[in-house]
This record gives sequence, structure tokens and C-alpha cells, in this order.
Amino acid sequence: MDYDAAFENTDPFTPEARHIAVVSGGLGDPSQSRMLADRLAEATTEALSRSGVVPEVHVIELRLLATAISDALIAHNNSPALQDAIDQVLQADGVIAVTPTFKASYSGLFKSFWDLIDEEEFAGTPVLLGATGGTARHSLIIDQAMRPLFAYLKAVTAPVSVFATSDDWGEAQGAAESTKTEPIHVRIASAGESLAALLEGRPSRPRRKTSAADELEVIPFEQLLNG
Amino acid sequence: MQFGIFTIGDITTDPTTGETPTENARIKATVEMAKHAEDAGFDVFATGQHHNPPFVAPGNPPTLLAYLAAQTERIILSTATTLITTMDPVRLAEDYGYLQHLADGRVDLTLGRGNTGPVYPWFGKDIRSGIQLAVENYNLLYRLWREENVDWQGQFRTPLNNFTVTPRPLDDVAPFVWHGSIRSPEIAEQAAYYGDGFFHNNIFWNKEHVVQMVRLYRQRYEYYGHGKAHQAYVALGGQAFMHKNSQEAVRQFRPYFDNAPVYGHGPSLEDFSKMTPLTVGSPQQVIDRTLEFREWVGDYQRQMFLIDHAGLPQKTVLEQIDMFGEHVLPVLREEFAKNRPADVPEAPTHEFLVERARRGEAPVAGGREGSRAWQDAQERLEKLEAAAAAQGGN
Repeated sequence: MDYDAAFENTDPFTPEARHIAVVSGGLGDPSQSRMLADRLAEATTEALSRSGVVPEVHVIELRLLATAISDALIAHNNSPALQDAIDQVLQADGVIAVTPTFKASYSGLFKSFWDLIDEEEFAGTPVLLGATGGTARHSLIIDQAMRPLFAYLKAVTAPVSVFATSDDWGEAQGAAESTKTEPIHVRIASAGESLAALLEGRPSRPRRKTSAADELEVIPFEQLLNG
Repeated sequence: MQFGIFTIGDITTDPTTGETPTENARIKATVEMAKHAEDAGFDVFATGQHHNPPFVAPGNPPTLLAYLAAQTERIILSTATTLITTMDPVRLAEDYGYLQHLADGRVDLTLGRGNTGPVYPWFGKDIRSGIQLAVENYNLLYRLWREENVDWQGQFRTPLNNFTVTPRPLDDVAPFVWHGSIRSPEIAEQAAYYGDGFFHNNIFWNKEHVVQMVRLYRQRYEYYGHGKAHQAYVALGGQAFMHKNSQEAVRQFRPYFDNAPVYGHGPSLEDFSKMTPLTVGSPQQVIDRTLEFREWVGDYQRQMFLIDHAGLPQKTVLEQIDMFGEHVLPVLREEFAKNRPADVPEAPTHEFLVERARRGEAPVAGGREGSRAWQDAQERLEKLEAAAAAQGGN
């Protein structure tokens, strides 16, 4: 199942497409986190398509923005590519966020990206959480590290999340999948459905163009003056 | 169009020589720089206000500006910025009013909230109230300069009963005020409400912020009925380092950029130059870049340049001022004048403000009768009255 196939199952005339920003904190290429992120995106788009909702996926690889992210943290300015990524996240109907596990938590790069996201603007966005790690011993990263971060950002986190270890991507036995690999597909499908359910329950968000075109919100001065 | 230089008085070690200027040398260099800027043809000199090292910009800018007023003839003396959050508005009204007299009106102010967190508690203030402090304090300052016998009560300072600030402003006209902010829409709104100027110091920021904030300010300026959006008063920051050969400019400036506390160890000089107004190159490149700003914000009134930072030696700074005067300012004046609509005002001077007040055309805070803001306020009032009447009928 790939994205193109997912689109074929949808009605192209449905006006209310849902935009999903996929944020992958994987550092390698190929990366396990990116692989999990792609699978979660597929599962979500498949579930949305079944309901006749058109999904649009925007993938953000933090690896490619690493220098821009560190520059932005100390110098207040965002490279155009980083600004695009931030815009995608802030106007997404839903976000899929995946990080590798470093020292029992999300990677520093992953956290640094979210440090650049304005929680006021991000508040209320549905988010599906995923993480990868070397062993199952790290599997609490999602509940003990990622959920508090996204709670602070006032995100609406999907109840189902997916933690994947190297074992989960194990080999197939003959033509059939092994008992080791089958469970993760079930979990990924279930996670995709849980995000899709959140998205279907909400109207699509209006798309903005670029941040340069944004209109700032005005608080009338009389109101400021009267505290 | 006015052109100026502004300084924050940073004491930074020169990375090419390892030399660090003393506070005394840097303060005296600031004076020399301002006088040199006047001679080179700049219109404005502005000093920051600072309360902590490594800066020797004055804690109270009128101290420096009064000294400069005595030693200069023509240049307008301003600030970048006056901290409206931690200063008592009564002291601001007194000190800048006095300065205005000494300088025969060659004074205006740029207000800012300040960006170093520790400063607030030193003055008994809370950084979380930054916007509210800016709003309340300026409102009092505005009234002190325009009303005698002020009765006032607010959240942040002791009440005033029958208070008259002295001296009264020169010719009964308050110094012009620019409100500086990088990304707080409240401050753009504040500038628009009073019909004051708006200063966006874009030196470290992407142009999106500049475009957004100036647009908001212009729209609201028109809403409050002070004029058309394109007639609002806008000032911008910028910074440059020049050499007649652009590769040589980059070669000379790179060690300063790479080691400067405000720039260093972050984006490369090349990336930073793309994202912000920093221009390192030939005078022609500085001219081209500065003219671009008009495409972002429309015709505007004042352009300030930061040139004495990052540990550059005083000799180099003075040479930069000379290059500006000789090669850049004359061309910029000519180019900015081209295609400038006749109804876009020049930057306000004391003489202009006096004339405007005589004609009875000084802006009315919150909107003159007939403005859209005024109409909206009338409608709100009528609705409230109607609601009150309906309740009274029950």
C-alpha cells in the first residue's frame, strides 16, 4: 500500500481534504523512524479514504533541517525550508510525530523542532505519536516523554500510539509474515484509524498561504488600555 | 526620508587584535561617532538604553543626548530604545521634556519593552506584564505631555493628583514617539491608536515579521482615522559593512561576524545576509538592499543603520560613516524620492509637529470624530444604551 493507491480509493471531488504533517525525527537514511512514520501515514490515509475523506500528506524530515533548527534557536531566524515546515505543522489538520529513542527520551533534534512551535497556534491539533528504539525496554518513551511534551503543546493526542523496535521489522518466514512482524501491522492500522477518527470528527482547517501573507490578530487598543 | 545610525554600545573584543575597549573609550567613541555622523550627512543619531554589561549605552539616554545636543547643530537625537516598561513615565516626561528644550526640539523617542529578562526585577517589575506596562506607562506619558493638572490612577505606579509635569514640552508640542516592536501586534496597534510612528528593528529577523507588523500598523492607522494606510509613519533598522570591493568587505567582516555575541556561532554570514537585512559588500550592494525594503513595507520615513557593533574598531566605524555619507546616502535619498507619492509625509520634525498642531491636525488618540474607529465606538455605545433601555423597561 502506498500513497498513490490510497488516493485512488478516495473521491477526488471531496472538497474538504485533510492535511497531515508527518514529522520524522529519524537521523539515518534510511531511518526506522521515517519508516514507521510512513507506515502510520499510510494507515491514516487508508482509514480516511475508506470514509471518503481526501488525505494530503506533507513529510518533514528533521534530519534535513538540523542546521536550520539550531540556527533558529540561537539567532531567531528561520530558513525558508524550516519556515515551510513550521507552516505545514501549524496549518495541518493532524500531525504524525515520530522520534527515535535517545537516552530514554526523544532526540534533542526532535525536541528542538517542537521548541520552535508556538503552542498557542498549535493548540488543539490532533497528533499521532510514534517512536522507535533498539529494544522493547524503551517502549514507555511515548507515555513518559512524548505525551507530556504534547500535553504542554495542548495537542489532542490519539489514544493509540506505536512503539517499534528492530525486532518488530523482523523477517518474513517463507511467504507468510512471522508472528513477530504481524502484531506491528495491527498496531499501525489501529493507530491510523484512531487519528483518522479524530480528523473525521472535526471540520478541515482553513489553509493559509505563507507566513508572509498571514494577517496578525488585532486586539483593539481600548481593550488593552482597560486591561 | 531620514537616515540615521543607532548604537547599543556593546563592548566586544576585537577578534582580529584581541583588544577590548574600556567603558570610558567606548562612551567617548559614541560621542565621536554621533558628531561624525552629523558631519557625514546623517539625519538621526539614536542610542539604546541599557542597564547591564556588556553594554555601555546609557541607563538614561538624555544624559548622552543632552551632551550631544550641545555639540551638534542639526542632527536629530533619538533612542533605540527607551524602555517604557521599567521606567517611570513621570521621569520620562520630565527628562525628555527637559532634553527637548535644551536641544531646541531636535529630539524624538523610540519606545521599546526591552529584551533582557533580568532588567525587569531590578526595577521592581514583572516581565510577564511587559505589554500591560508598555500600554499603561505610555498612556500616562502621553497625557502628561498634553494635559496640565493630571489626575491619574493605574495598576503599576502610585496615583497622581493634580500633577503637572515640568518643564512643559517645547512650544507645547510633545516629542514625536516611535513605538518599536518586532513581533507584538499590541505595540503596532498602540502606535496606530495614538497616530504615532512605528519602528520595526528588523536587524536579526526574517522579513516576514517586518511585512506582517508594518501592514497591521498601517491598516490600523487608517482605521483610527489619522490618515491613509500609506501615510503612516514607518521606520526600519538595518546593518551593513562596506568596502569598495565586495569580496574584501566579506573578508574583513567575517571574523567579526563569526565571533560576535549577537551573530557568532550560528548561521553563516552568507545565510544570515540572505535572511536578514545584514549587507556586507560594496556601497552599491548596500544601496540595492536598502531600496528593497521599500518593496516590503511601502514608502517609509526613516532608515536606521547599526554599524558600530561586533568589536569593530572605532577607526573602521568612522570610515564606514564616511562611506555612507559619500557613496550611499546621496544615492538613497535620490532613489527613495523617485515615484514617492506626494501625499506620503516626511518623517516628523519639531517644526512639522508645531505647524500641525497650529492647524489643529494633531492626531486624536483613538480616532477623530468621523473615523471608522469613532463610528464603531458610537455603534457600541448605542447598542449598550439600547440594551440598558430594554432592561429598564422590564
